[in-house]
Amino acid sequence: MSTLSRRHLIKSTAALAAASALPMPAWAKGQSLSHARKGFGEVSGEDIELAIGNHHFAIGNRSGHAVAVNGTIPGPLVRLREGQRARLHVTNTLAEDSSIHWHGLLVPFQFDGVPGVSFPGIRPGERFTYDFPIRQSGTYWWHSHSGLQEQAGHYGPIIVESADPDPRYDRDYVVLLSEFTPLHPHDIMRKLKVGEHYFQRDMLTASEGTMPGAMRRMWGKMRMNPRDISDVTGSTYTFLVNGHGPQDDLQFAFVPGERVRLRVINGSAMTFFNLRIPGVPMTVIQADGQDVDEVEVDEFQIGVAETYDVIVSPPAGSHAIVAEAMDRSGMGIASLTSHKGHIATPPPLRQIPTLTMADMGMMDHSAHSGSGMASMEGMDHSMRDTSALPADVEAGPGVDMVAPMPMDRMDFPGLGLDTVSHRVLRYTDLRARRMNPHREIDREMEIHLTGNMERYMWSFDGRKFTAVTDDPIRFGYDERVRVKLVNQTMMAHPIHLHGHFFELVNGADHMHQPLKHTVVVQPGGTATFDLTANEPGDWAFHCHLLYHMHAGMMQVVTVRPFPEGAEA
Amino acid sequence: MRRAALLAGAMLMAAPLAAQDHAEHGKNAGTQPQMDHCAMGHLPPEQCPPKEGDPPAETMDDPMAGMDHGAHRGMAEKSAPGAAAEDALPRRALEGPQHAADAIWGSAAMAPARRQLARENGGMVTGKIFVERLEARLAADGAEDGYVWDAQAWYGGDINRFVLKTEGEGEIGGALEDAEIQALYSRAIGPFFDLQAGVRFDSEPEARTHLVVGVAGLAPYMFHVDGALFLSDRGKLTARIEAEYDQKITQRLILQPRIEAEFAAQDIPAREIGAGITKIEPGLRLRYEIVPEFAPYIGLEYEAKTGETADIARLAGEDPDGLKIALGLRAWF
Repeated sequence: MSTLSRRHLIKSTAALAAASALPMPAWAKGQSLSHARKGFGEVSGEDIELAIGNHHFAIGNRSGHAVAVNGTIPGPLVRLREGQRARLHVTNTLAEDSSIHWHGLLVPFQFDGVPGVSFPGIRPGERFTYDFPIRQSGTYWWHSHSGLQEQAGHYGPIIVESADPDPRYDRDYVVLLSEFTPLHPHDIMRKLKVGEHYFQRDMLTASEGTMPGAMRRMWGKMRMNPRDISDVTGSTYTFLVNGHGPQDDLQFAFVPGERVRLRVINGSAMTFFNLRIPGVPMTVIQADGQDVDEVEVDEFQIGVAETYDVIVSPPAGSHAIVAEAMDRSGMGIASLTSHKGHIATPPPLRQIPTLTMADMGMMDHSAHSGSGMASMEGMDHSMRDTSALPADVEAGPGVDMVAPMPMDRMDFPGLGLDTVSHRVLRYTDLRARRMNPHREIDREMEIHLTGNMERYMWSFDGRKFTAVTDDPIRFGYDERVRVKLVNQTMMAHPIHLHGHFFELVNGADHMHQPLKHTVVVQPGGTATFDLTANEPGDWAFHCHLLYHMHAGMMQVVTVRPFPEGAEA
Repeated sequence: MRRAALLAGAMLMAAPLAAQDHAEHGKNAGTQPQMDHCAMGHLPPEQCPPKEGDPPAETMDDPMAGMDHGAHRGMAEKSAPGAAAEDALPRRALEGPQHAADAIWGSAAMAPARRQLARENGGMVTGKIFVERLEARLAADGAEDGYVWDAQAWYGGDINRFVLKTEGEGEIGGALEDAEIQALYSRAIGPFFDLQAGVRFDSEPEARTHLVVGVAGLAPYMFHVDGALFLSDRGKLTARIEAEYDQKITQRLILQPRIEAEFAAQDIPAREIGAGITKIEPGLRLRYEIVPEFAPYIGLEYEAKTGETADIARLAGEDPDGLKIALGLRAWF
């Protein structure tokens, strides 16, 4: 319990946050489970104690069971220093196994925290110690990799301070985006499996929407739904910023003239967010914790598990930080304010986007102009020509669509942001700030992202994880491989490789391809990355939409052998 | 050999694309378009000039340029020159332990965790009980009022499932007229359809057992269909097909046209059925989803015996058709 003394509130974020969350409501007393607090404390040093426990959590008029770490949602900010050694002691007080995965940290594989891949998991009552050196700096996060605990609150931010201080900002805040649902995560999973489009309450109706009849019939013919934007929506989710709901008036204070660094982390289970601060341009300086050349934008879409660090210099006043769910079913809100107590008024939710021909992986010349009539030529394409798939893709019941012409979509800003008039970040805008080592490509690989929306089946290459437990994706140690991800579905998938940073093949010169741990593959499109597999061991590779992973969109990557003199 | 074939393929693909590239046309105006070795991936990237222009800006100004030609150019560039094929694994990739974690934590500790991992990532088994129609039928023409139930349940994984179906009808305050239950093994045979086979037991109008084979699923244009052949223990072959469509009026108000038809391969005097189409039953239901799981509805159902079966009914002094008002409930859990 010595860590209690080390834990202290972050002066800025948490003090403001705590003001709205404390004291505990009286009705909470006498419950068998304590209420998890909104917002997070901070832990740092060489020895860090984290305790996973069952709690209640309430936000607005929604409340339910939660799994919280150190009694807060999100769990504590783990603040580390580049070059230090970290011993993270994790005590599991749940009645089931748990784990912590350090998302984006380069660690020995046995401390990566994926039960069944890197270690056996943390048993009920067990105190497990992760012990590794910190080899990097930047903004990252941690979360459970056991079952669906992440959805229930088991996640938190990580900041690794650089050995070289960055003079470009005066203060920094974590902006951790997530969701809360009163439903048990297994209940959500079951509803996704059995209740067709259960959470989608913005489907096209007879009277609504501008889609012409011919297009509607084409979607119907394919047995697809043009409003399949998000599987789980604001119908059950309350969107959170640092554990605070839209009514909680979370504030981030600044002094006019200051440069404020916002460390935006998408720690949600299922939600892509469109992040903007109306009237305040943002300069992107990091993507997934890695420095990039500065890019000024007005808005960016952040996929699940991605992080972006931006610097803003807001004028005096109160500015809304708007984290709008991609399907526009709700938003997370906070105020960036120079007058304590002044709450910014957020803009209204924008209209839900509708999928286009481009999202089906068809050539579409008019999708972005909105009408879609000129693209009826696309109807000649079969939407499930399985002969177009390579032989190693299994075209079974788990594959409901094969994109006729999947094209590279790394210049696509994200669903619904292709038609806005201001500047939106695209992967093609990112350029690594530091030079990558020069390497030739040894091997090329294609991985197909496959699924069946009606059956709620998701997989790589048409095979769920259960079918490939003995057939991992294999890399030789130090092998350089170009991996093309081909999205044969109409959903965007954030694909995460554990233990490595890969370089996006995004048109930047190949010494400056941006480093990422998670890449969003747009619907019906492709994304390509170069990987130098230089972290030996076994690593998880999966879609970071929690319920897609749970449905089978997961694989193990092996990197062999261990170099001479390595620990294992 | 394989690499040569790949290169040839790349050329075939890249050449027409280069010809479509408007920027290239501009540069080489009046001359034969030159082969772009960089775009075709013949040269290592460092010998190629950096990509010109800013694709995002193009997309903003002219969606066609960004979507079409820009993307094609990107496609050609992203094939790595001289790289081995996907299955040309380096030998070292197969060295070392099968599971790296076993070397550290021991396979006795890891094996159960691996089984758990598989269960949690694709091994889900679940089920559903679905009451499709539970309704009172008020006769519009003064005939007897009746009731109908039509429900099913399933349990299993994504591919293999056990399915129970039951349906029946009777007169309110009167006798049960039809009642059946089916026990089926269901297997996904494609992305949208399941093959179902098993047995059906009828308790009314007479005890009878059938072998069942059928398909159920989602047809193009979003029609839910369920069709089956029934071979009775007396060797009589019949069939039934149902189709329905959900039209959302609002997010909660849903209009559902539905049609059911029955067929017989031969006369079945015991059931007063003649060969051919025996019954046709179109209906229209308007439901309101209080929650998706619970939706009361009102509807109209026209039920008609057809062909020889209708003649048999007329001879027996019965009305072969009738219009009913349905008040019912659709629910699942």
